[in-house]
Amino acid sequence: MPLKTEPITINVGPQHPSTHGVFRMRVTFDGEEVIDVEPIFGYLHRGSEKLAESRTYTQIVTLTDRMDYVASMTSNLSFILSVEKLSGIDPSPRGVWLRMIAAELQRIASHLVATGFFLQDLGTLGTPLIYMMRERETILELFERLCGARITNSYMRPGGVFMDAPDDFWPALDRFLADMPHRIDEYEDLISGNEIVAVRCDGVAVVDSQTLIDASITGPMLRASGIDWDLRNRQPYEYYDRVKFNRPLATASDNYARYIVRIHEMRESLGIIKQCLEQIEPGPVRPESVPFLIRPPAGDSYVGTESPKGELGFYLVSDGGVAPYRCKVRAPSLINLTLLREMLIGDKLADLFVTFGSIDINMGEVDR
Amino acid sequence: MPANTAFDTSGEDLATQIEAIASSSVTANGDTDVWVSSDRLLDVMNGLKEAGYEMLIGVTGVDYVGYFEVVYHLLSLSQNKRAIVKVKCGEGRIDPVMPSVLSVWRGAELQEREVYDLMGIRFEGHDDMKRIFLWEGFEGHPHRKDFL
Repeated sequence: MPLKTEPITINVGPQHPSTHGVFRMRVTFDGEEVIDVEPIFGYLHRGSEKLAESRTYTQIVTLTDRMDYVASMTSNLSFILSVEKLSGIDPSPRGVWLRMIAAELQRIASHLVATGFFLQDLGTLGTPLIYMMRERETILELFERLCGARITNSYMRPGGVFMDAPDDFWPALDRFLADMPHRIDEYEDLISGNEIVAVRCDGVAVVDSQTLIDASITGPMLRASGIDWDLRNRQPYEYYDRVKFNRPLATASDNYARYIVRIHEMRESLGIIKQCLEQIEPGPVRPESVPFLIRPPAGDSYVGTESPKGELGFYLVSDGGVAPYRCKVRAPSLINLTLLREMLIGDKLADLFVTFGSIDINMGEVDR
Repeated sequence: MPANTAFDTSGEDLATQIEAIASSSVTANGDTDVWVSSDRLLDVMNGLKEAGYEMLIGVTGVDYVGYFEVVYHLLSLSQNKRAIVKVKCGEGRIDPVMPSVLSVWRGAELQEREVYDLMGIRFEGHDDMKRIFLWEGFEGHPHRKDFL
């Protein structure tokens, strides 16, 4: 006689260690199998877009730090590019190179967090996460030398950055660049060929590329399905057209593919930073002519940039005043969750957190 | 100029393209953006998707006090270009309604819910039109200009 069972609904989060912040899912299980998922957002909603309407453009930089707080530099960059487009500011070259170096360091740091916690969710219990947090710490120390802050950097300004890198930043960056490739080799030795990781991740949560495109999903998730779409290369902003780099792709579009794309992107970011160092020249880090209190002409602007999570863009509407009339964030973390339900249904309880970790979201950016 | 503008489709070209899809749906155009009338929106969006704009990058609600406007940012991966379509949402501020583009792009699901929650524009045809960040029972829509 078969055992009589009935579906059970469980709340996961908002205070759950595997939800990467205050995220809540109402999950219905049939035994161990997921049959329904309802994501519930908003526990970290601070109204950043509304707050931006009563702050000057320079002050809003501090708000962008607190959106994706594991990738503040790329959030800064995206916002600043939109402001520069809106007000027609031409930044100084040294400022642009410094912004690119900071953004690529941030991409490595963000991918380290994404991969580390993804593996933690998989049950590796510490080792890879602590290795990756160790390297992230080096990057945060570099940021501390660069601008005095580790997480909420507020480093960038319309026209460039607010101060030049101190002399002791450059040798520290060189040491990091020399050391990091070996660290990535170490991760690959430890994880990429690991049979347990392969068994747990291969073929789990597969989504085909057409569905991903239709659901507006961008970033490593899209590249893991074989679509060669990286805004740094396809619609280059800053000086990304002056550096050469590969776009790591995978075709399987499963949890393993999303992991391996991030690992390979870290190597490419190191290459980009090296090329920036070859091309950076002395000079002012921001033009003296750009005031701190900007009054862009009436109009609107949108610039999409490749943040570690996908396309991050700021849609700014100006009425000619010192604060934007409207500041809307195109947040990849929120939009990449569109397919969460489809990705989880049919999988087991143990894969729930792994798949969720492989999407790589940040609640500060989801809820804003 | 580090912020790249080379991939924005010009407003005139886009207006011509949209007129070919659905005649007399364009009401105005700017340098890189086109205004269409809301009752023709679904025809326009279906046509633009077929014309290569595979991805709905963003849905934004803007409160211009006299009226609401919804801005759609589209992206074509195959042709590597962007398009901006704007729709004025009726007259006045009472119960603004728009047709949902969820049937065209799956990506509209969470984005339209966000606009509804924070700006109070209801999308007709969206099968799960409820608040996303704030709780049910919250009064008002915070991103409106009259919400303090």
